[in-house]
Amino acid sequence: MADVNITVDGKKVAAPAGTLLIEACKTVGIEVPSFCYYPNLSLQGACRMCLVRVEKMPKLQTACTTVIGEGMIVTTDSPEIQQARKSMVELLLGNHPLDCPVCDAGGECELQDMTFSYGAAESKYIDLKNHRDEQQWSPVVYFDRPRCILCYRCVRVCNEAMDVGALGIQNRGVSSIIAPNMEDHLDCEECGMCIDICPVGALTSGSYRYKTRPWEMNHVGTTCTHCADGCKTTLGVRRDDTGMQIVRGDNRDKSGINGDFLCIKGRYAFDFANHEDRLSQPLIKKNGRLTPATWEEAFDLIGKKFSEVQKNAGGQAIGVIGSNRTSNEENYLLQKFARVVLGTNNIDHHRTADFPVFAAALAGKQNATASMRDVYNAPAILLIGNDPTEQHPLLAWQIRNNVRLHNARLHVINSQVIKLHRQAATFTQIPSGAEASVAAFLAGKDSAADALISDKANRDTWTKLRSQLRAEQNLIIIFGSEIRGSSIASLVQFGSEIAGSKFLCLGDYANSRGAADMGLYPDLLPGYHASSNGTKFQQEWGSMPSAPGLTQQQMLDGAIAGRLKALYVVGSNPVGRLGLAPSVLSASFVVVQDMFLTETAALADVVLPAANAYEKSGTFTNTCGDLQILKKAGEVTGTKTDFEMIVRIADAMGFDVRKLVPFGAAGTRADMGQSRGAQSGEADRHAVWLERHNLEPKMSPFDPMAILDEIQRLVPGYDVSRMNLLAGNDEHTNLTGPAQVVQQDPALIEPANNALFTSGTLGRYSNTLNSVVEQQHRQPAEVAAD
Amino acid sequence: MKFSDKFEARFTEMLTHYPTQRSVLVPTLLYAQDEVGYLSDEVILELAERLALSELDVRNVISYYSMLTTKPRGKFNVQVCTNIACMLRGGEELLEHCERKLGVGNKGTTKDGMFTLEEVECIGACSWAPAVQVNYDFHENLTPEKMDEVLEQYRNKAAR
Repeated sequence: MADVNITVDGKKVAAPAGTLLIEACKTVGIEVPSFCYYPNLSLQGACRMCLVRVEKMPKLQTACTTVIGEGMIVTTDSPEIQQARKSMVELLLGNHPLDCPVCDAGGECELQDMTFSYGAAESKYIDLKNHRDEQQWSPVVYFDRPRCILCYRCVRVCNEAMDVGALGIQNRGVSSIIAPNMEDHLDCEECGMCIDICPVGALTSGSYRYKTRPWEMNHVGTTCTHCADGCKTTLGVRRDDTGMQIVRGDNRDKSGINGDFLCIKGRYAFDFANHEDRLSQPLIKKNGRLTPATWEEAFDLIGKKFSEVQKNAGGQAIGVIGSNRTSNEENYLLQKFARVVLGTNNIDHHRTADFPVFAAALAGKQNATASMRDVYNAPAILLIGNDPTEQHPLLAWQIRNNVRLHNARLHVINSQVIKLHRQAATFTQIPSGAEASVAAFLAGKDSAADALISDKANRDTWTKLRSQLRAEQNLIIIFGSEIRGSSIASLVQFGSEIAGSKFLCLGDYANSRGAADMGLYPDLLPGYHASSNGTKFQQEWGSMPSAPGLTQQQMLDGAIAGRLKALYVVGSNPVGRLGLAPSVLSASFVVVQDMFLTETAALADVVLPAANAYEKSGTFTNTCGDLQILKKAGEVTGTKTDFEMIVRIADAMGFDVRKLVPFGAAGTRADMGQSRGAQSGEADRHAVWLERHNLEPKMSPFDPMAILDEIQRLVPGYDVSRMNLLAGNDEHTNLTGPAQVVQQDPALIEPANNALFTSGTLGRYSNTLNSVVEQQHRQPAEVAAD
Repeated sequence: MKFSDKFEARFTEMLTHYPTQRSVLVPTLLYAQDEVGYLSDEVILELAERLALSELDVRNVISYYSMLTTKPRGKFNVQVCTNIACMLRGGEELLEHCERKLGVGNKGTTKDGMFTLEEVECIGACSWAPAVQVNYDFHENLTPEKMDEVLEQYRNKAAR
């Protein structure tokens, strides 16, 4: 359709038919002020700030509800309009307190800005302002009625975009009031979208209010460390006595894959970082008790012990358990450390999805995985298993809003009536545990329908659904960890017959996908190459074992039985998660790197206090395969990144760290501080250590970007634009493994069972999450995740 | 909860009147209020369930309309108009008279549960101001004396 031509303030504007005037003005750099207008929410026309003069129309028109028409001549700035805006601000301020200096939104308030731009110095109002006391609606949401300007953004975002509907409007006209669904409190997903979207200080967050001012913080856009969706969260940090404290998480930078969205975890659950139980110095077990020690003591001891075991019993007597929450660089480095320095393939992690089989099924295909952005734009989506609303809040948001704004057809197949069924074009309920039969049936095995037939869906329903799905184009097939092993291959086979189809395999933690891609497997190298076939890596790294090592379970069994002489656990809590008895690991030398004294750390011989993902730079790969940067935001004195600790242990074992981290070598595109967020100068910080080791002081072996170089070189799919990555954009990695499937035991996959308000160890140490769980009387997950 | 057959018949019929189901809410609330006397929590829950709305949605609508109430009222709701036409013809004096006579203020209910007094805006009876509406009946061209008669009339009605 041809564009519609209009004239705004003398400028010619052409925009597609149906464009709103306010949006058309934006395209030529004319900002029409507004409060109630918010892109992608229903039109309200409540605040009357966006009044403009359209020729031949009798009165001023609201630009936010006027659709452009051919030949329209618009004036957005004139004495008449300025007067109108002035009056609107005066009306809005009728009941609004004029106490910006004590208001929590002061400095980032749209009303404050607007009053500066358009407001009058004095008001004609002499009446008393309506006052109501502030209310606390939930542990994270506070409402201050007098500050509300009734733009209804919060109500619309909650109803339309979140599909929660916890906020409503009561009464009428000037006495209207925003009301929570439970009379005086909220029963909702606690996403905080209402607070984020509030243009004034009416809705404020329990975790941030009255702590600081926006201009006193540094704002660091980084990747969330909770679920596997990889939202960008902007952390506000401020100096305090223990380093850089994170005071706020929000969605100030809306450039991430999450757009407007952020859930409770990304927004408020950064507080584990400042928990009082946080470890801040190394602990060494002396006389049966963990006792504070210096870093040098700890590294010397670990280096000595690891070397000893390696010499006496060989590398296969050492086990390494990696993490789902450490960066790609750390995961890569850890498995390289295990294979090259320790000389063992005994490396594993807590697996939450069957990525190796998924990679093998996609062998040879290009662009077969869906990115998080694709989910928002696809014309059709098939969701099998999982409950994204609870486990993948961003994915649920993308699906929900794709259906709402783009009329996507959503097909849900689940054993429970999950919340997304409300958006579904078809919802088919299956008996519990029958997901594998769904995959088989879709792939063409008609007899598999026997296991799917119930009073909810008969054979016809299934046949019809299959033909309906086959008729789709550009279908995105999303599946939870219920689908594993050969079922993934069936599903890929089914999808491959649909033009333009893409797949999305759901893992559970922030970097589960990264841990898998980086080769935290006893039988798989980075990029899912079989350890027996690692020529490419051997060339780069030198000698390493090729026979598959032990799985996590085998390592623990080995450690318990005393066969394994040493165990190195990085950012994982297998003892707590598997409910092992204390004292089980006493037969081996155990080193644990963690933030807290977890059940596993409590049994260790050496505990090293680790920094978390908000306190380091590096990259995360979300469950879709979107690669994103981590920028260093907070800092707690006394902790080190897992990256630095791995390098220091290698050094303590007498290993040449240059062979582990290719820093400062020719061709290295190492980072000079771009990813350091609020604190640049990683190399400067280590200058003393570097000089003592006769190393180039400008490049540091603790620089994860040097390992990223190697990852980009050696891991298929990861050779993406470094510039875009450093700029804070998401880069989709193309997943394609070697066609030969290294069969994985599906029983090794265990879902984390995290829901909206839980997040494994991080959740247990987040006071905000716990206060919400307490208020909502939610049952904690049966199995403690890590 | 149980409504009368008449209510149910009306409700069923109304469902066919509107393109969207939630539109049935406003008339239904009025009928339910006529029957129960006010919109109790029980009524709100029932109607929310029937129309697939949240309780909050229903409460939002109720609070918008001043004729809908979530608080019990007396048997007779005496609505005195004090809008401009009635005010000029003695509406405010009429309201004060009622307050004295009934011993309650605006929106108050007499102890015996007979009358609720309410000051309302224009009820569309300006030509016969000052006017008072009791439940659905109009009483016009009133004076304090005539008002006494009206109230007496309702007392007698209730006694019968």
